[in-house]
Amino acid sequence: MAEMRILSPTAILGYGFPLESLNRGLRDEPDVIAVDAGSTDPGPYYLGEGVPFVSEEAVERDLYHLLRASLERGVPLVIGSAGGAGAGPHVDWALRILGRAAERLGARIRVGVIRSDVSREALVERIRGGAYSEAVAGSGLPPLSEELVRGSVRIVAQVGVEPFARLLGEGVDVVVGGRSVDVAPFAALPWLRGFDKGLAVHIAKILECGALAAEPGSGSDGMMGILRRGEFEVYPLSPARKATVESVAEHALYERADPFREYVPGGYADLSNASYEPAGEGRVIVRGSRWVPLERRLVKLEGARLAGHRYIVVAGSRDPGFIGRLDSLVGKALRTVESLVGAGDYRVYFRVYGRNGVMGPREPSPEPGHEVGLVFEVVSASKMRAKTVAGLVRSTLLHLGWEGRKTTAGNLAFPFSPSDIYAGRVYEWSIWHLIEEGDPLENARLEIVGAG
Amino acid sequence: MPALGDIAKVVRSKNAGPFTITLDIILPSVECARRVYEALTPELVARLYRVDTGEVEIIYYAPARAVKVNIPRLVPAGHPGDTDVYGAQQHAPLLGLEVGVEC
Repeated sequence: MAEMRILSPTAILGYGFPLESLNRGLRDEPDVIAVDAGSTDPGPYYLGEGVPFVSEEAVERDLYHLLRASLERGVPLVIGSAGGAGAGPHVDWALRILGRAAERLGARIRVGVIRSDVSREALVERIRGGAYSEAVAGSGLPPLSEELVRGSVRIVAQVGVEPFARLLGEGVDVVVGGRSVDVAPFAALPWLRGFDKGLAVHIAKILECGALAAEPGSGSDGMMGILRRGEFEVYPLSPARKATVESVAEHALYERADPFREYVPGGYADLSNASYEPAGEGRVIVRGSRWVPLERRLVKLEGARLAGHRYIVVAGSRDPGFIGRLDSLVGKALRTVESLVGAGDYRVYFRVYGRNGVMGPREPSPEPGHEVGLVFEVVSASKMRAKTVAGLVRSTLLHLGWEGRKTTAGNLAFPFSPSDIYAGRVYEWSIWHLIEEGDPLENARLEIVGAG
Repeated sequence: MPALGDIAKVVRSKNAGPFTITLDIILPSVECARRVYEALTPELVARLYRVDTGEVEIIYYAPARAVKVNIPRLVPAGHPGDTDVYGAQQHAPLLGLEVGVEC
């Protein structure tokens, strides 16, 4: 095989794409259609709660068209980090939607499923057995321990490229992968067919964000990648966009601390000698990215712990005297609430929009405007306690007196009734650790099922 | 002297994982990026963002005519008390920063 064509329809399954773009990509005869469905960027809530961060309707629309395209063309459809966080409930959710799409198309398909959930018991055994692990640098988390594991409600491993390649080698129609590195669905077929691993990871890194590496960029449109021996080429699926040397090179910076290395379990693509060359018609050719294998095969574990229940209150103030004394008045209100219900089993966080609501203590110019917006949250293990404290902080601050006060009917303007809004459970990252895996399938359970 | 916001093509921030904010400054030329990289010291970033100098990482990335700055997040993304889950609005202090470079 001299070259391989990889079609990436969109940045995230459920973000949508123009059908004209998909059709244009199909005319260029892709060997595989791949899409990333996951991200941890929306926060630990989605892993902890076991719910997706995109709507079922949006995913069903995308999946229907992608499955139809892959069946018409007779090439596999590969999905990574299904359902967003890629744990069991997310994979099951994606499989249900895929099954409905297959039924609508009247197709009977073979689906390769990767489950990358890590059971607490098994992980505790591995820790006791002396498995090497380390907290990801900068996470501030303590070393991986039984306590961290037992305190987590759900744990997944961000598996690598090999589990996907293994299932593609079995000739499945679709792969629905649990949590995986973003590049895995795109690099899997190239790895299986013996293309250079470093070039494959680099092209995958560009393709996994849809048309984001094009000009103008978009997360709701697609990109085609052509991998050859010693180089690859990328171009957007829409004629309204083009890939430029700048847009493709700049993409290496995007949401990565290190633009020179793209890590996957087993090694990394070294991009430090990558060169970018225009190939005309909005296409760019890339060379020089190099695969560097690592002695120790590390896979990242992600775990979420329940922090409690959250109530939020939104309010505004237009009174200059109140705004000028805001911090001391909030402090006073919190002390008053503490005198009523005690402290220690709840947390209160204030944000003051129009002053430093976005940057908090890092705001270089925290001068309030003529009005400010207050958003405060109360988090407690007890939903009732969170509700009680939110209500008391709200009512206390509303009617709090201060010297020179003329606005004696109330300090706050509430845009909503009810003013105290239950925002559900809230989670924190409890595990963000690398752990050694003996072989590429240690954290990936593979199965092949029928659908449709 | 022009500020970074005047000379840069892109000034942006984003999470690089839930514990790090990565700031990208993309300049009009490789030469300009190199000069901004030389002028933008960890001490300057530390003062601007009120972090410790040792917590600042600055990377020169010639292929994209860019300077990348990594700093820790105040609160991990999406935890209670967070103000910017995606970290997409932490770039503004850089816009007005004068680093003594014209290009």
